[in-house]
Amino acid sequence: MAKKKKKMPGLNTSSTADISFMLLIFFLITTSMDTDQGLARRLPQPPDPDQEDATMDIKSRNILYVRINAAGQLWIKDETSSGEGDFRELRARVKEFVKNEHNLSKLPEKHVKNIDLLGQCFVTDKHVISVQTDRGTPYNAYFQVQNELVAAYNELRNELAKQKFGREFQYLTKEEQGAVKKYYPQNISEAEPKKYGGDQ
Amino acid sequence: MPEMNTSSLPDLIFTILFFFMMVTTMREVTLKVKFVIPAGTELEKLEKKSVVSFIYVGPPTDNLRAQMGSSTRIQLNDRYAEPREVMDFVAAERKGMTNQAEQIISIKADQHTQMGYITDIKEVLRKSWALRINYSASRRN
Repeated sequence: MAKKKKKMPGLNTSSTADISFMLLIFFLITTSMDTDQGLARRLPQPPDPDQEDATMDIKSRNILYVRINAAGQLWIKDETSSGEGDFRELRARVKEFVKNEHNLSKLPEKHVKNIDLLGQCFVTDKHVISVQTDRGTPYNAYFQVQNELVAAYNELRNELAKQKFGREFQYLTKEEQGAVKKYYPQNISEAEPKKYGGDQ
Repeated sequence: MPEMNTSSLPDLIFTILFFFMMVTTMREVTLKVKFVIPAGTELEKLEKKSVVSFIYVGPPTDNLRAQMGSSTRIQLNDRYAEPREVMDFVAAERKGMTNQAEQIISIKADQHTQMGYITDIKEVLRKSWALRINYSASRRN
């Protein structure tokens, strides 16, 4: 009588570890772990071909010009002053412009707006920051300007969030963030807006 | 002395393997341009990799410089392209996406690129309704 159970030799699995090691090393080499990050911006919608005159009319007190020339130098202009600027002062300048804390006549006009959660607000939502570049402007200078603009808006929004809700902007709920964004909308234009009123 | 039981070693290694497969992304293209991206402070992470397409801008890499020269080039997928070809690229990338409205174009451009190239790309992106863009950058303090 043959044995019911013939002792089967176990499959030699000692090399499985080596195989999986090789797979692991392959994946380590072909993949990258770096998380991509960057400055998120939104482009304006393409111009409507049917609409000939797409330029908007904006009062000159509502515009802050930031020009970057081919050498990467800044030129900042609004109703209060115009002249060569510095990357370090840009943020403070933008904050002052967008906030217009003392309702000065040379800074953007303020009007009453009803915002959910915040109630009646006195906001400068008609302001425009116009960024103009030359074809020869170095990309880094443009990027730093964009970075400073976003930083200025983020600081303003943070201040408002702390004042109204007692928390930083990133910790607010979606609705609260929406309200703060309505209070300080990002109006950065890269086209040349037509202006009227005021000098120049 | 009894031998150490190594039967669970493959499972261990497989677990590490799966971990790496999860957290990493495949390097999709071989770079033909070299670039040093600018550094900024107000950066956001690109969370959803599936909706992101990359446009690389910079001078050709050292080994390609002999044939291609050293002026700024735009790379889409695996080849050099003209700014107007960005439109087809965007359309092709969009086709493969499930949530097309969320498409993000990440521009990885060299610090010293002249803005003319970037402006041209942005103009084409606007025309092809790819409005969400991201200027790739590294973090600085």
